Amino acid sequence: MDIRLEGISHSYDTFEVMRDISLEIPSGQIVCIVGPSGCGKSTLLRFIGGLEQPKRGRVLQLGEPPKGCLNPLTYIFQDFALLPWRSVSGNISLVLEDHGIKGAAARTIIEDVLARTKLTDFAKALPKQLSGGMKQRVAIARALAVNPAVMLMDEPLSALDSQTRELLMDDLVELWIRQPFTAVYVTHNLAEAVRLGHKVVVLSRRPGQIREVVDIDKPLAEREFGDADLDRAQKHLWQLMRDEARAADAELLNG
Amino acid sequence: MDNTGKSVAFRGGGFAPQSRRWVGVLVFVALILFVEWGTRAGWISSLSLPRPSDVLDTFRQLYDSGLLFKHLLPSLSRLFVGALIGASIGIAVGIMIGLFSYVRSGLVPLVAAIFPIPKIALLPLFVIWFGIGEGSKYALIAFGTFTPTVVATYGAVDNVDRTLIRMGQSFGLSWWSIVRKIVLPGAMPGILSGLRISLAIAIILLVAAEMLGAEYGIGAYILEAGSLYDLERLFAGVLILSLLGVLISALIGTLERRLLGWRT
Repeated sequence: MDIRLEGISHSYDTFEVMRDISLEIPSGQIVCIVGPSGCGKSTLLRFIGGLEQPKRGRVLQLGEPPKGCLNPLTYIFQDFALLPWRSVSGNISLVLEDHGIKGAAARTIIEDVLARTKLTDFAKALPKQLSGGMKQRVAIARALAVNPAVMLMDEPLSALDSQTRELLMDDLVELWIRQPFTAVYVTHNLAEAVRLGHKVVVLSRRPGQIREVVDIDKPLAEREFGDADLDRAQKHLWQLMRDEARAADAELLNG
Repeated sequence: MDNTGKSVAFRGGGFAPQSRRWVGVLVFVALILFVEWGTRAGWISSLSLPRPSDVLDTFRQLYDSGLLFKHLLPSLSRLFVGALIGASIGIAVGIMIGLFSYVRSGLVPLVAAIFPIPKIALLPLFVIWFGIGEGSKYALIAFGTFTPTVVATYGAVDNVDRTLIRMGQSFGLSWWSIVRKIVLPGAMPGILSGLRISLAIAIILLVAAEMLGAEYGIGAYILEAGSLYDLERLFAGVLILSLLGVLISALIGTLERRLLGWRT
């Protein structure tokens, strides 16, 4: 299942935040969206998943989601969004219960996704007992449980320290290699974008527009920490963004 | 190396009160012993304060004669029924105010208007509506617990983390599932701390409810003793109410530990 954005524009009252964004998200690829703060990248992600509606333009699903897909468009949030009163397995069963998956069927799915995210030993732990990296892995496991067609990741690693971020990036790459998934990955961190993205979409400052789409051809499996190719791509992205970021930083909030 | 350096003076710490066991009990005991000593020595006249040992004696007589439970049981059942009605309607209405714009706009001003009314002033009205029997007593206690419960509940619903609700929507959970599995447990800490207040108010109103047409009941017992200026019996009754308050507070404390163990 592909996703296509057609001429998305948005404004709050007279305050224009996004202008004419059209984009193709092909199946099996990770598309990263980067841009200076306040350019509307998270808002764009909420449009894609139907949590908010744009003033103009539309988001299209092309083709049917694969069989066995419970929730085609599934988010992974920056602040994890785990229910603190449910255990790790309880948080995953939450998203299965509404689809009538209970008992043994649910247990099979939960065991599978916990194994894939290396969380098997923590099934009974409460979120307050887990580190940030572990919490995000629980959120990833929860997303995998509904077998999504497209993962919508909203700065998933931004709340984590840099070592944990590296580890989780490795985990995400590993997950993708084992079973390629489609994802839209919003981040302000260019290192994450060049490491995970097949395509990197650079947005301008408010009102957000697409400045450039950078393709990174190197296969995910061959990308490494401190890779020279990736460094070059990252430098290019930073040059694109630098002036935008400076200008965005100097703007008055709500101005 | 020069070893004559001055060690840096400690200036942190404090501002973090901790619970010290038995200190609370000690304060009670000291206060009671002080009054006992004063009344025995004579510099507190028996007209201004009863002697604690006499109060205890009265309490024992009450227990021995079997009158204690004759008073306690009707009071407890009034408290239970009244508070149950008031708190459950309060929680239900509070959640509706927290979820629906029209209910919120319609009822928040009404609740604000009802809250400051001393419910005791409405007792005659309740007697007309529900009769002199148990009905009016339930109604008074229910009405008194209703308002603080509503306010605490909708405040608690407002404070439920919106990102959790967005998460529920993004996974396609039904509206009812979101309310039951996200809103309600998320609001539970606020609802329980609201119950602490509303149940204390229920005890206060219990005495008021028993002012009219109650033969038995802690409130009736206290009021009778009060009108006779029988300070020992008055204090024995007050003691029971205080114990009831401590008991309810402990009960909610247990409930919080059971239900809210997930809090950090």
